[in-house]
Amino acid sequence: MRLSSKTADRLAGWLFIAPQLAGSAVFVFAPLCMVLWYSLHEWNVLADSFEFVGADNYQALLDDPSLPSVLRATGIFSVGLVVFNLSLALLLAVLLNQRLRGLAVYRTLFFSPVVVSLVAWTIVWGFLLQSNGGVNGLLQAVGIEGPNWLRTGPTAMVSVIAVQVFKNVGLNMVLFLAALQGVPGELYEAAQLDGASAWTRFRRITVPMISPTILLTSIITVVGSLQVFAQIAVLTQGGPGTSTTVLVYYLYQQAFQFHHFGYGSTLAILLFVIVLALTLVQWQLRRKWVVHEQ
Amino acid sequence: MSSKTRNGRKLKLVVYGLLSVLCIPFVFPTWWMVTSSFKPTSEIFAYPPRLLPSEWHFGAYREVFRLQPFAQQYWNSLYIAAIVTVGTMVVASLAGYAFARIRFPGQNALFVVVLTGLLIPSEVTIVPLFQLFNRFGMIDTHWPLILVPIFGAPSVLATFIMRQFFVTLPKELEEAARVDGLGRFETFRRIALPLARPALGAVGIFTFLNSWNLFLEPVVYLSSKEKFTLPQALTQYVDAYGGPMWDVQLSAATLTALPVLVVFVIAQRQFVEGLAHTGLKG
Repeated sequence: MRLSSKTADRLAGWLFIAPQLAGSAVFVFAPLCMVLWYSLHEWNVLADSFEFVGADNYQALLDDPSLPSVLRATGIFSVGLVVFNLSLALLLAVLLNQRLRGLAVYRTLFFSPVVVSLVAWTIVWGFLLQSNGGVNGLLQAVGIEGPNWLRTGPTAMVSVIAVQVFKNVGLNMVLFLAALQGVPGELYEAAQLDGASAWTRFRRITVPMISPTILLTSIITVVGSLQVFAQIAVLTQGGPGTSTTVLVYYLYQQAFQFHHFGYGSTLAILLFVIVLALTLVQWQLRRKWVVHEQ
Repeated sequence: MSSKTRNGRKLKLVVYGLLSVLCIPFVFPTWWMVTSSFKPTSEIFAYPPRLLPSEWHFGAYREVFRLQPFAQQYWNSLYIAAIVTVGTMVVASLAGYAFARIRFPGQNALFVVVLTGLLIPSEVTIVPLFQLFNRFGMIDTHWPLILVPIFGAPSVLATFIMRQFFVTLPKELEEAARVDGLGRFETFRRIALPLARPALGAVGIFTFLNSWNLFLEPVVYLSSKEKFTLPQALTQYVDAYGGPMWDVQLSAATLTALPVLVVFVIAQRQFVEGLAHTGLKG
């Protein structure tokens, strides 16, 4: 009787995970193997040619004159996004964590872009950032001549980053807020008695206590930053020049606009390697500075 | 004492002031989107900017429906997001429960295998997936937008969140049910699942939003206008030169964004707290 219930349990366990497991096999792991296989081929969909070329695509990747600019754009976007996003999220969370009335309203306002459709949000910002748009209108009202945000090099990148941060920083803010509320108040009281300044208390108590959340949000944000596509496609189409052509957008162009599936697959492998490397690095850092691990 | 209250008042002023300035880029775009969609075309880029339309125009809204099968596209987005949300909740809660509660051989190894899916963004696999769906004649259908999110990489995070939540539930209730002769599935469905409502809610919300926001996939898979989803449709309101028809785009964007915003404002407590107090807490 006991044995059969154990067997039944095993069977149940397998059945429960079967959809997820089968789904992962079909839609994640098999395609990952396929993309590796494709990357070894010269494959032009329009010409209907599929030919094994070994490492040629990888050689082409190294020789690609666009690659340095694509990697630079990806790097600037990701670093800018992560730094801006996490510091703003933490600042907002600390402000909202004060014991003051009416802060729940602000929390709702800061969070609201998270639920606004991404492309709708991007379109509105595109509208606001036109040379005669709302942002420059507001700037002009205080006597500043604003640039043509999306059509000049550096401001285009800044704009794309800012639009994305304002869209999603509310998520990290809420996670930080939950973490801050979990920090025991006695720690602050003790530090205050010892005469520690607000900044010292923040650095020596708050940051270490919420370090697991900082790690988690930074991993999510880094991986998310590498996946940016809609904002680029709607706001700048990778321009001006190639200054905002990040890796995923370049992959899309190569595979689905120029129909180079083989080379597109090589770019996908590059994306995978970058995500993997960054996640491993962050996971290693965890040992160094994340304080309380369960 | 009095210096302390004065400091307190100063702090209050700083906090409120900072928050009010900081929330401009979060609130103004939505305001600008809604109000500009009702402005006459001549007023859209007017200087100085007008916070409200001088008179309310609905012409752009008529254009939204005249230029594209917008109602159909709205329905596409809505029904796809609904199926994906329910499907993900089923798949993820089953798998999450099994990984948290049932003992079976290979459990830990399989959990690690499934989790590695988190490291494989869907952009990495889009070329082979396109090829797969092409082989089965599913290009320009909604199947890729439904199947991949429910069973592929996006549902892995949902499974992880559900597992983290089930682990924290006290075991005693389920054990009592099991002693009473309830099978595994019934224990899951009647005891564990109702208790997991907060986590399930969070999973449901972010799954819905992810599906609602999906852009690369529809652009890659869909080609006929009546199959489009909303994000893709929004970008199609362009004039003969490819320039955006701002008033029409803003009206369509308003129609897309406003209902979800309203639901959010009504249910914002569950939204925000649900997201914060689940496995994501780390």
